[in-house]
Order: sequence, then C-alpha cells, then structure tokens
Amino acid sequence: MSDNQEPKNLQERLERNIFGLFMATALAVSIAGIVEIVPLFYLKDTVDYTEKTDKYGNVKNEKFPELVWERTFTQDTDGKLVSDKALYKQDRNGNWVIADWKAGDGVRPYTPLELAGRDLYLREGCYICHSQMIRPFRDERERYGHFSLATESMYDHPMQWGSKRTGPDLARLGGKYSDEWHVMHLLRPQDMVPESVMPAYPWLAENPVSEDFFGTERDMTERLSVMRTLGVPYTDEEIENANKAIEGYTEMDAMVAYLQVLGTMVKLDDSKSYRE
Amino acid sequence: MDTTAKPQYDDGVVKYLAVGAITFLVLGTFLGTFAAAQLAWPVLNFDIAEITFARLRVMHTNTVIFAFGGMTLMATAYYTVQRTNGVRLWSNGMAWTNAILFTIGLLAVVLTISLGMTTGKEYHEQEWPLAIAIALVWTLYTLNFIMTIASRNKETHPNVYVSNWFFMGMMIAITYLYVVNGLAIPVSMFRSYSLFAGVQDAMIQWWWGHNAVGFFLTAGFLGIMYYFVPKQAQRPIYSYRLSVIHFWALMFGYVWLGAHHLQYTALPDWTGSLGAVISLAMIIPSWGGALNGMLTLSGAWDRLRTDYILRFLIIALAFYAMSTFEGPVMAAKTVNALSHYTDWTIGHVHSGALGWVAMISIGALYHMVMKLWNTDMYSMKLINFHFWLATIGTVFYIVAMWVSGIMQGLMWRAYDEYGTLAYTFAESVAAMHPYYVMRTVGGLLFFSGAVVMLYNVIMTIRMANAKETAAATANA
Repeated sequence: MSDNQEPKNLQERLERNIFGLFMATALAVSIAGIVEIVPLFYLKDTVDYTEKTDKYGNVKNEKFPELVWERTFTQDTDGKLVSDKALYKQDRNGNWVIADWKAGDGVRPYTPLELAGRDLYLREGCYICHSQMIRPFRDERERYGHFSLATESMYDHPMQWGSKRTGPDLARLGGKYSDEWHVMHLLRPQDMVPESVMPAYPWLAENPVSEDFFGTERDMTERLSVMRTLGVPYTDEEIENANKAIEGYTEMDAMVAYLQVLGTMVKLDDSKSYRE
Repeated sequence: MDTTAKPQYDDGVVKYLAVGAITFLVLGTFLGTFAAAQLAWPVLNFDIAEITFARLRVMHTNTVIFAFGGMTLMATAYYTVQRTNGVRLWSNGMAWTNAILFTIGLLAVVLTISLGMTTGKEYHEQEWPLAIAIALVWTLYTLNFIMTIASRNKETHPNVYVSNWFFMGMMIAITYLYVVNGLAIPVSMFRSYSLFAGVQDAMIQWWWGHNAVGFFLTAGFLGIMYYFVPKQAQRPIYSYRLSVIHFWALMFGYVWLGAHHLQYTALPDWTGSLGAVISLAMIIPSWGGALNGMLTLSGAWDRLRTDYILRFLIIALAFYAMSTFEGPVMAAKTVNALSHYTDWTIGHVHSGALGWVAMISIGALYHMVMKLWNTDMYSMKLINFHFWLATIGTVFYIVAMWVSGIMQGLMWRAYDEYGTLAYTFAESVAAMHPYYVMRTVGGLLFFSGAVVMLYNVIMTIRMANAKETAAATANA
C-alpha cells in the first residue's frame, strides 16, 4: 500500500487533494470547447460571410447577396417591430399564404405552418434516418444537389443535419415531388417506393395541427415569439397571427409544407465558391 | 476472522442499482432488437405512432446508454468509492434518493420519447423538465461521490485510487457538456427550442454527442476497469505511470473529438480537421489504457480458462482496443467520406457499446453480485453460456454492419460506364436487407444472454436469501 511520505510532484499533490483533482480535471476538459466552439460564434467566415447587423435581426449579405432574404426591420410609433416586406399574409379567399418572398430569395424564417411541420419532423424522429446536410462530393451533387451551406440552417433551432442515411438526404427535397406524392408516401411509403423500409404515418392525416400533446393547444404565437428571442427575425404582426395561420390544417399539411420548403430558399450559383 | 477491523459499507443502494442495471439491460437490448427487426421487416411498425422505428430507436439508445449505463456507473461508483477509500458513503440517504429518482427519471424519458416529446437533439432527446431533473439527480451523485472521497481517513488512505479519478472526471465532463448542450427556451411543458442554431448547434451537439461516448461510456467504464480487473485477476494494476498518462490524455483529449462527426459538412474545415487530428492522437492513450488492463493479467493468463467473469472483463478490453483503433480510422477524412451516414457508424458504436461497455459492465456486475450477497453464483455454467451468447451476438452485429455500411458507401458513390450514378438510393436500401436480418439475429443473441444473466442473478439472490434465512432459523 501507499507509504505516507510528502508528495513529490503535482500529480501526487492532486491525488491527495480531491478538490484539487476536481479543479484540474475541470480545467482539462474545458479547453476543447473554448478552442473549438467559442470561435464559431465570432469568426466571420463560419456562416458563409453573412452577418447580422443589428438588434432587430436585419441581415446584411456582404459577399453573397443571394444567401439570406433581406428585408428591413424597424420599430413603428407603438414600439412594434415591423418590416417593409411581409413573410406571410391572408389572401382574398382567407388562406394564409407566403407574401413577399419567393423561392430563391434567400434563407428566411419558417412560416407558422412550416414551423409546426418542423416540430412534427422532430416528434417523429425523421432525423434518425434522414440527413439534411449534403457534402461536397460529385455523387452527392448528382443525387441531392449543391452541397449545403451553414447559412441554410441559420434559423434552425436545433439543426437537423442528422448523422445517418437509412433513407436519402432531405436537404434539397422541396419541389422534387408533388404534395400529393408526399401525402401518399407518408401514408404508405411502400406504395410509392417498394424497397422502402420507412414506417407509415397515417395519424398525420387525422390530427389537426393546432392540437399538441394531450389535446393542449399548439401555441404558434408562443413558438414564433421564442424563436425571435433566439434571433429569428419575425415581425410583431407575424407573431400575432401565427395561431390563425395554422387553423384548419392537419398535421399532414404542416409536414408537407415543411418538406416542400427544404432547400428551396437559396438558389446557389454554381460559378461561385461558397466555401474556401 | 477479525470482522470488526473491516468497515461496513452502505451496500443496500448498490444492490438496488445493480439489479436495476441488469433489468434495464434486458429491456434496452429488447428494444434494440425490435428496432433492428423493424428495419428488416417494416411491417413490424404496425402503424402505431408510439413504436415507430425512429421513436423506438431513441427509446433503445436512452435505455441502454443512460438507464443501463447510468445505473451501472452509479452501482459501481458507489461500490468502489467505499472500498478504495475505506469509508461508508458520505450520505446513504442521498444515494438512495439519487438511485430512485434516476430510475423514475429514466422511465419517464423512455415513456415521453415514445409519446413523441423530444428536443430533436441526438442523445439528448429528453425535454426540458426531465433534463433539469436528471441534471439535478446527477449533481447529487457527483456531490455524494466526491464528498465520500473527501471524508476518507487521510492517514490510511492518503492517495485517491485511480478508478476514482476516472469516475470523477466522467461526472464533471458529463455535467458540463449535458448542461451546455441542453440550453433551451421552453415553448410548452413538452417542447423547447435549442438556444443554438445551425452550425454552432451542430458543433455543440456533437461535442456532447461524442462525449456521451467518450466520458459516459468510456471514462466511467474505465473507472470500472481499473477497479474490477485487478480485483478479479487478484493482481495489482500493471502500471501506475501508464494510468496517470491514460487519465490526463483522456480528460484533455476526448472532448475535442466531436468535430469528426461533421467532416465535409458546413462546419468550417479547420474545426473538423482539428477534431480528426486529435482523434488520431487518441489511439495512444486508449491503447495504453487497454494494455494497462490486459497486462495486469501477466502471469495469470491461465485464469481465463476457469474464470468466466474474467473472460468478460478481458474481452471487453479487446473490444475497447479494437473500437478505439477503428474510431480514429473512421475520423480520418478519406475514410469518413465513405463511412459517414452509413451503417458502419452503427457497427462501430456497437463494437464499443456491446463489446466494451456492456461486457465490462456484465463482468463487474457478476463480480459485485457475488460480493454483495456474499455467495457463489447460482450457476457458473450459465455465465459461460452468457459469455458466448454475448460474444457471438456482438460479432454477428458488427460484421453485418461492416459489410452493409461499406457496401452502402460504395453503392452511393458508384458510377457506371456512362458516368452516371450506378444505383438509385432505393436499390441500396434493398441491398441492405440480408444484413439487417443478420443484425437482428446478433441482437437477439445478445438479448438472450441478458435474459440468462437476469435469471442467473435472481436465482443467486434467492439462493443467498434462503441460506441467510436458514442460518437465522438455525441460530434462533
């Protein structure tokens, strides 16, 4: 057994003082995070040369103007956050539709229906089998499209890059199939793709999207407002109308809305080098 | 025998945790096998939301990693900290509170995931009320462990034994990573949005994710190794110096590895490369540790023929060495380009999880059951049977995933003579079927082994209790 002499070096000192060992270990495990993670929050080229420039969430595209949807946020006289362009609006038939944004205008926040669909994407654990991160290889380009940029998931809390492709990558799924195809595929995947091992999701078509667990309300106003706290720029009006914008839709509608927007926000230019 | 000189230990809570761990091993491997079968035969999803593959798979990972792994870590830490420091637990009541709440918490995690409540962060799926509760329970565990060490008699036990360093290092790192990765704002009782988005979220997520492996499933279980291998082999650990290097290199190095999960993604190249380089360097401490355990047997290798528990401990070290070699290889960029997103990753995780973590736990649990109930096992032959079921099951599983993973990777990037992609994605899915069946068989074998273990342990406890009652009656 150990003889009880004076400690000869730092290691022996630490072995005799558990709190000292605690501090030294805590220091050792914290270095990696400081070196690898902290710079990702301030190094400018982490997010493909896009910068948030002010407290309202106004984004300035310095090098690649096509990446993020630019709209100007200001405060009106009542102190409400307003913008020159609306994300979504109610059309003449009373439907809530996308307003001033069109596909390719750049990354934008999700509409309430898309965000609800995204929540369902998480609930069903789609990320367990589907990635949303295309790598810069020739085969992935041909199979899925242009490689993914960091900017494209800048409003994703949390990100859904995934780690496994039991099914194909979904980063640029939007627009590849019709809404009807998605509905039929989610109801009976093997009818559309016989080789598929994907489970069916028939309950999506039956549940109203406005309802959350145990019949509680899926409060989209609360969700958009939390997203804004986290840095996703919504105007006050968009937050206020969020619950109305999902009224009458099923979970299937929301899921398809989300799947159809994936990868359609940015139109990447093949002649540009987005990543050094 | 002089019994008064031996301090008494608080073993009630350890007994509870040990039996709990074995029960969760049975449950967790059952869920895993069922999920594996769903990928082979999707009809097994039965169109029931609560047991669709993705939810079941997350229930499986949480049961085996956090419920089985966690309870094993708690049982072994409470068992070894008393024996290596010659004291009782600092607070037996706190240990019981910790053990009971952890059980309830993990059952709630599995249940809520089945219902669809999830953060959507891999290996951190439990929603915020449960995440907070678990973090608090974890703090009780850490505090109790450290204070037990602090309360040792510094005359008789001046130096803290190496197994305790690893346990404590694991506790510190897990608290730190779990809390940072879990930062979120609630939007309802059942849902929250992560504080981080996109690329930063990805890096933080895998910084935690890889260290659920590196600390929870490695450092903690190395604590187990450093106590139970020398005990079962009845030899001192091979090299003190090697264990010092092993410890500090692991504490410093493992935290960097998360970045290798994000090679070629939108994560900046410097971060991924840094992760890959340090991953490569980690072979040295990992193999140092594995050798340290194995060479402890020098001069006693013949015991492997007769001591089935020692077999579990040593094959665990062999798998540890194998998977800590495979890991850095897969972290290398060229290999990762092929292996990422494929079943190879799943195979690698299971060579670590089944081969290393489960095997070392099983060895330690058998050892503890015999000591705690002061008895021989009900059947030593069943331990040997369990050993072969577990080993063959693991090998089946890993081989199936190696083949399917590499095949997937090659099929996705294959071109025909016209320069177009040779296979559709669906064709690659169809090609996986035989390997998914083979994996299910491997899982079934491993699960059967766990059932055999549970039976053997229950019979042992009944036997020990019956003996005690008989002795008490005889004395009366």
